[in-house]
Amino acid sequence: MNTPSPSPFVLGRRHLLGIDGLSPGEIVALLDLAEEFVALNRQVEKKRTSLRGRTQINLFFEASTRTQSSFELAGKRLGADVMNMSVSTSSLKKGETLIDTAITLNAMRPDILIVRHQSSGAVELLSQKVDCSVVNAGDGAHEHPTQALLDALTIRRNKGRIDGLVVTICGDILHSRVARSNIILLNAMGARVRVVAPSTLLPAGIERMGVEVARDMRDGLEGADIVMMLRLQRERMNGSFVPSVQEYFHYYGLDQKKLAYAKPDALVMHPGPMNRGVEIDSGVADGAQSLIREQVEMGVAVRMAVLEALARNLPNA
Amino acid sequence: MPQSEHRPILLTDARIVDPSRDLEFVGDLLVADGMIKDCAPGIRAAGIPDGAERVDCQGRVVAPGLIDMRAFIGEPGAEYRETLASASQAAAAGGVTTVICQPDTNPVIDDPAIVDFIMRRARDTAIVHVHPMAALTKGLQGKEMTEFGLLRAAGAVAFTDGARSIANAQVMRRVLTYARDFDALVVHHTEDQDLVGEGVMNEGEYAARLGLSGIPGAAETIMLERDLRLVELARGRYHAASITTADSLAVLRRAKEAGLPVSASASVNHLTLNEIDVGPYRTFFKVAPPLRAESDRVALVDALAEGLIDVVMSDHNPQDVETKRLPFAEAAAGAIGLESMLAAGLRLVHDERLSLMTLLRAMTSRPAALLGLPGGTLRPGAPADVIVIDPDLPWIVDPAELKSKCKNTPFDEARLLGRVVRTIVAGRTVYEYV
Repeated sequence: MNTPSPSPFVLGRRHLLGIDGLSPGEIVALLDLAEEFVALNRQVEKKRTSLRGRTQINLFFEASTRTQSSFELAGKRLGADVMNMSVSTSSLKKGETLIDTAITLNAMRPDILIVRHQSSGAVELLSQKVDCSVVNAGDGAHEHPTQALLDALTIRRNKGRIDGLVVTICGDILHSRVARSNIILLNAMGARVRVVAPSTLLPAGIERMGVEVARDMRDGLEGADIVMMLRLQRERMNGSFVPSVQEYFHYYGLDQKKLAYAKPDALVMHPGPMNRGVEIDSGVADGAQSLIREQVEMGVAVRMAVLEALARNLPNA
Repeated sequence: MPQSEHRPILLTDARIVDPSRDLEFVGDLLVADGMIKDCAPGIRAAGIPDGAERVDCQGRVVAPGLIDMRAFIGEPGAEYRETLASASQAAAAGGVTTVICQPDTNPVIDDPAIVDFIMRRARDTAIVHVHPMAALTKGLQGKEMTEFGLLRAAGAVAFTDGARSIANAQVMRRVLTYARDFDALVVHHTEDQDLVGEGVMNEGEYAARLGLSGIPGAAETIMLERDLRLVELARGRYHAASITTADSLAVLRRAKEAGLPVSASASVNHLTLNEIDVGPYRTFFKVAPPLRAESDRVALVDALAEGLIDVVMSDHNPQDVETKRLPFAEAAAGAIGLESMLAAGLRLVHDERLSLMTLLRAMTSRPAALLGLPGGTLRPGAPADVIVIDPDLPWIVDPAELKSKCKNTPFDEARLLGRVVRTIVAGRTVYEYV
């Protein structure tokens, strides 16, 4: 097997704030670059030096274990100095914290900021106040671009393509940045996207984002190649958006029976963390059709690709 | 208000536009002793007092000073955002000669002593007329009605809970019933707060794309519909403070056709901007009710053209950096507008959606009639609140030039055509554009 030559891809922009605005070519190039890091991450020697001397700050206004550690590992494997900052929103007044923190951190001369915030648009606002690169690690219900990229990489590795696949996204679309980023990316790559959710968890106008809306799992999953489940937060299950966990699982929880509506070789994904028995049955989550663990592995590779492609665009002087 | 002991002013070669009498002609206007003395196609030399200041208008428009029916001012309580003085400077620069301030101050204007305070502060510090609306309910709490009689006697021109809606229908019914005895105008912000919920912009595709919680148009229409049913019961004079959707217009039309004593305002923002202007989370475009769909905006303009919408107001609401430089969902709603309301409204005239007469009527004689104010007309004997408008003068809204203490204008850097070049209040020139 001949090894392909390393990708020289440079992301020609300072920030990665969303999938919206990325061209299909840029998405493919990021996925190709990520493939190199998948191979690298499976070796004993996982270190690169392309970010040596660079400072990466993970600024998380909203708690996250997996995304933060994934970005941390990605930065460290590329040789960056990585610092984690968790900003508790309860102890500080929200708005002041965001701008003030941005200005303060900027003065420390980081090269890359990884930012998660509970408000849509907050990462973009912060990016306007700093001189370094900013990567959106999730802003409110807006975007989570690296999640969509890692999902795309996982799909492409298992199905060999994205174009023409039927991808069904199930669950709390209303509050989900993962859903929005995936809808944009999958549409850009030529997939057919469906969403299934109780109507209280669908935003008005969602059909104008290029998705088919299905009201029940049988319609939504029929002929699906990929079933992407979303997390339903506990505070939304007690009558505010859905009446109860029992009813939600009964109608929208993914179990073997509902999965059988999809294609026989359909694959199951979940961005995590999972609520077993709420949106997904343990048997399915751990079953042969599940890609959930592979998604986590792809997450590190994709984030390395994003950091690498952005760093290549950073000034060297 | 300073007294008007100063030179008479003669405006010549003016395009006189007086919506109160539906008059438009080229002529002269004479102002003396704080009053309009004469307004005619030609004023003969014999009628011109000695020492009068002559202003050649060169065909520019002369109209009654604007009456802005809805402006939020921070005095008392939030003087860092806006004072009566700074708001009046902004008003003068925008051609607004009468500002109707809203009661959501700290303390709330729900007591005759505070009405008195506002009137005195305005007299001493403001360069235009200021009249307060008093609260409908004590502390704007939506529970107990205020002293309509005493507040009205003290100088309150109408009653409103500002940007808050009265959720309790029983309270609203009593307010409308009691207000009728004093012929008080009840001005109500029609938004069902439960339906608004966590919403921050118009519900629909754009909110979905931005990941922002939406506010359905029904939040407004439901409240308006309820109110108009209550007006049917109570027969008090009712004014919808800010109509924004096509559905609400249909409801309003039915009530007017049924002969109910109802009227409505639209803000210049909702007449000239739409939800797409929010763009990448621009908080200067966050207002309440939210900017709606383009189809709603067009319906609103048509309704203004036919007179279904009575009044155009600025909805002036100063917010500073601390409340605006935030993520969209966390930012305060509100936009300043005193200085730009006329110029922004002129966009509709230049687009030939509206006649200048219609636009000016909604900013002068209609609010004057609803509020029982003597201005809003060029009739001889009326107060000399007059503006000169150059409808074709191009200018760019420069935040640094704005008189308002806060710079949260959605027309930031906008290229506008037409503006006020002279503002006369009680016979005295308080603003000139140079």
